Amino acid sequence: MIQTTKMASGQQWVLVEMVQAFYEAPAYHLILEGILILWIIRLLFSKTYKLQERSDLTEKEKEELIEEWQPEPLVPAVSNDHPSLNYDVVTGPPSHKITVNGKECINFASFNFLGLLDNERVKQKALASLKKYGVGTCGPRGFYGTFDVHLELEERLAKFMKTEEAIIYSYGFATIASAIPAYSKRGDIVFVDEAACFSIQKGLQASRSFIKYFKHNDMEDLERLLKEQELEDQKNPRKARVTRRFIVVEGLYMNTSDICPLPELVKLKYKYKVRIFLEESMSFGVLGEHGRGVTEHFGVSIDDIDLISANMENAVASIGGFCCGRSFVIDHQRLSGQGYCFSASLPPMLASAAIEALNIMEEDPEIFTILREKCKHAHKALQDIPGLKVVGEAFAPALHLQLEHSTGSRESDVRTLRSIIDYCLDRQIALTQARYLDKEERFLPPPSIRVVVTVEQTEEEIEKATSCIREAALARLE
Amino acid sequence: MTESTASKPLNGETCLWTSNGKKPGRNGFVKTHCLFQQQKCRRPQENHNVWHNASVYNKPFVESFEETPLLVAVLTYMGYGILTLFGYLRDFLRDWNFEKCHVAKERDEQKDFVPLYQDFENFYTRNLYMRIRDNWNRPICSVPGARMDVMERVTHDYNWTFKHTGTVLFDVINMGSYNYLGFAENSGLCANAAVEAAMKYGLGVCGTRHEIGNLDKHEELEKLVARFLGVESSMVFGMGFATNSMNIPTLAGKGCLILSDELNHASLVLGARLSGSTIRVFKHNNMQSLEKLLRDAIVHGQPRTHRPWKKILILVEGIYSMEGSIVRLPEVIALKKKYKAYLYLDEAHSIGALGPGGRGVVDYFGLDPCDVDIMMGTFTKSFGAAGGYIGGNKELIDYLRTHSHSAIYATSMSPPVAQQIITSMKCIMGEDGTTLGQERLCQLSKNTTYFRRRLQEMGFIIYGNNDSPVVPLMLYMPAKIGAFGREMLKRNIGTVVVGFPATPIIESRARFCVSAAHTKEMLDTALNAISEVGDLLQLKYSRHAWPSDEETNHFSYLDSHQD
Repeated sequence: MIQTTKMASGQQWVLVEMVQAFYEAPAYHLILEGILILWIIRLLFSKTYKLQERSDLTEKEKEELIEEWQPEPLVPAVSNDHPSLNYDVVTGPPSHKITVNGKECINFASFNFLGLLDNERVKQKALASLKKYGVGTCGPRGFYGTFDVHLELEERLAKFMKTEEAIIYSYGFATIASAIPAYSKRGDIVFVDEAACFSIQKGLQASRSFIKYFKHNDMEDLERLLKEQELEDQKNPRKARVTRRFIVVEGLYMNTSDICPLPELVKLKYKYKVRIFLEESMSFGVLGEHGRGVTEHFGVSIDDIDLISANMENAVASIGGFCCGRSFVIDHQRLSGQGYCFSASLPPMLASAAIEALNIMEEDPEIFTILREKCKHAHKALQDIPGLKVVGEAFAPALHLQLEHSTGSRESDVRTLRSIIDYCLDRQIALTQARYLDKEERFLPPPSIRVVVTVEQTEEEIEKATSCIREAALARLE
Repeated sequence: MTESTASKPLNGETCLWTSNGKKPGRNGFVKTHCLFQQQKCRRPQENHNVWHNASVYNKPFVESFEETPLLVAVLTYMGYGILTLFGYLRDFLRDWNFEKCHVAKERDEQKDFVPLYQDFENFYTRNLYMRIRDNWNRPICSVPGARMDVMERVTHDYNWTFKHTGTVLFDVINMGSYNYLGFAENSGLCANAAVEAAMKYGLGVCGTRHEIGNLDKHEELEKLVARFLGVESSMVFGMGFATNSMNIPTLAGKGCLILSDELNHASLVLGARLSGSTIRVFKHNNMQSLEKLLRDAIVHGQPRTHRPWKKILILVEGIYSMEGSIVRLPEVIALKKKYKAYLYLDEAHSIGALGPGGRGVVDYFGLDPCDVDIMMGTFTKSFGAAGGYIGGNKELIDYLRTHSHSAIYATSMSPPVAQQIITSMKCIMGEDGTTLGQERLCQLSKNTTYFRRRLQEMGFIIYGNNDSPVVPLMLYMPAKIGAFGREMLKRNIGTVVVGFPATPIIESRARFCVSAAHTKEMLDTALNAISEVGDLLQLKYSRHAWPSDEETNHFSYLDSHQD
């Protein structure tokens, strides 16, 4: 108690002394101190560094910046002799006989595997449809763009493939490219074969999912990735419960002409609980006893594949594409498939043409056997051409001929292959190169000549074509 | 049924009259440095002699978005609230098997897989969309012309499945198809030419443009399209949607900026996203918003690195298919010139439907097509065909020919489809030696004016530009979407109704597409039916008084021109 009073009085004394000193101090001292205090206050309240001012451009400076800015040209210039600038011009139908740049040739380039492009029955059916419905549909499926022929085609496709439901798109490319992002969203994981075609790549890009590429047809590599993912999932089971997983493969690969090992894929599917999306544009209407594709070829139950997509622009020789599978899967696309909802529907005459093509395929499954025989024949005949190697399965209708020894530069390889094609064109064999966007492809396949086999080609014609390619290779590669 | 993703402020501006220097300020902040200043105006009839930048317009630019009445907005939200509550209740009942669940089920073998889609994603589909699903995907079995035959459907399980009764509703007046010029025909010049092309070439092509799928028909079509548009060169593609989504990535990439209108079509949005560029969205048709984005972009450069942008691409549409508005192209062009940006104009709905020569929105405003860097459009609508095009200078098209995803990887256009476009386009241009095309254009413009004016007079809230053949009529409440579509079909008129997510949640609407093929009788029948249904459903929300003297003038004008 006493101590506190003592302290209080002591403090009071100090205060009095301070006031006294204040009175006694000379005026200049006080002024100086006052200035010092003001300075400190100013320092306290002023900003330490002037970040704000740096970005606060005046209107004039902004105008100058805008004046200064020079954008890149909209597109870089393309030289006039760019190899793909001048397309080959086809006059008349690109069927068995094709007129390329004014020369009539036998067609070894169009994907008209079953020869249905110029088929009289298909044409008549399409014409009848054209005379009933006109050409365009003038609307998306939702807004009076659904025609009875669309419903019929969907039903027929589902029946043909023995699935519950099918959905048609008006453009082949847009089919798988819309189907993938309808299911696979941000955060989901997609396992894709490296050789997957461009429309799959675009679909994956649109889905914004995690993409994991496995080596082409390498099931061990795929399993390694799946195992990795399994470990990852164990670390974070809550996330794993909502992360969808897909494997996207092609039946017959567009870029390599070989077949996917479907039975193994199905095993992996159940082992790791991953869904399989199968793109069958090259194999639909080609493989299997009834042309149902890879599932029929391997005898795999179609119910084990979650979604099959194919275009109707190759074997069916119409336009558009379709997806088929169980209603649980397919029906979801009717509201979330962008290329389905937001695009005008398929012109009815093209749907009718596809229906008639299906009729022909169902009536005469013999054509698939004939096609396979021709493919085998061509595959055999193309062996042992000096300087060129055949890439693809014996039963694949679109083979690749690659240079055995690349010159090292893609450009000169392309030129060499083009010279072989020109040589053949002069001798009435129409061929084409497989074209890619060099900079856009994830894994760019080597340049190649595409050789397409169709049921319309006779054995003599195949012989003629192969001997022609052989001659050209001898002339141009030696 | 979903055409564009939209989020718009609720307070629509009343009406705008540009010839008087008045333009919309829907969200109107004004900055003095801006190239364009926008002012509000209440009534189109008032005649001000104030000219700000009307010089860029050569005609009145009247666009209206009447404000949603407050009571209607409140009731609409309540409607959705009740629907959601019942949705939860019924989901609960379904879970406990009190109510039969019609949703397709996962296979038993795959029950332990991660669900293919989330259940709650489908809440809307299951509980709201399903109630009125019969208004969409109505199958038809005739030409989608001015009248069409609709197949009758019945449902015994509340729209989960439909059965066709086999009965056909004949001659339903078609107010839904994008058949602006009436070229959806199964006889006449175009159809005959298409038949011939199909006979000669077959239906498919079985190849890409690069790989022996380049027919002489395609080259003929491309030359014609270039001539039609008044540009150096053009390229055509097999699908309109893909024209956008596969070509924008060739034009822009990393380090580029895309400025996109908030109501742009899904294909433009997808294309922009696939390109890998930075995307910024400006308010619908709002030039201040666009200018601000342009200025900021150039001044500040790329985010974080502050490097200057490589290039800036502005994406706009000619006519917006859900709003019926027309792009303010003269102002967009002035902006793009000032800021050295590139302009991508999607004329999906406007090509053929606007302008004295049917050459789209550029023609409508009397501008030079060279001022638009990329002219894109589709053949689905006015030409009654399918596919899309891109027009521009030779360098652009040459680049696309060599680099477009579509040219290399997608099958080229079907020959009869190409032929349909060639014939209909020549008809519009008058190159067939007749004035039939010109007559169609006139008819469309008259029909549009008449139809819009009559609806406004009836007291409906109609969105969009007075010259746009796309006519959205506001329904607002979710229950009225279904009721309107059904009541109209009962009166033998096919209409399109749209709701969320194609529109903002409270702005559900019906949309009519006027066609040159509609006769005055058809339009009158449709209008009477709309008025009747409008009374029945109390849709006449508009609080504008449309002067009766103009009304009479208008009628006399039309009567003298209609036959």
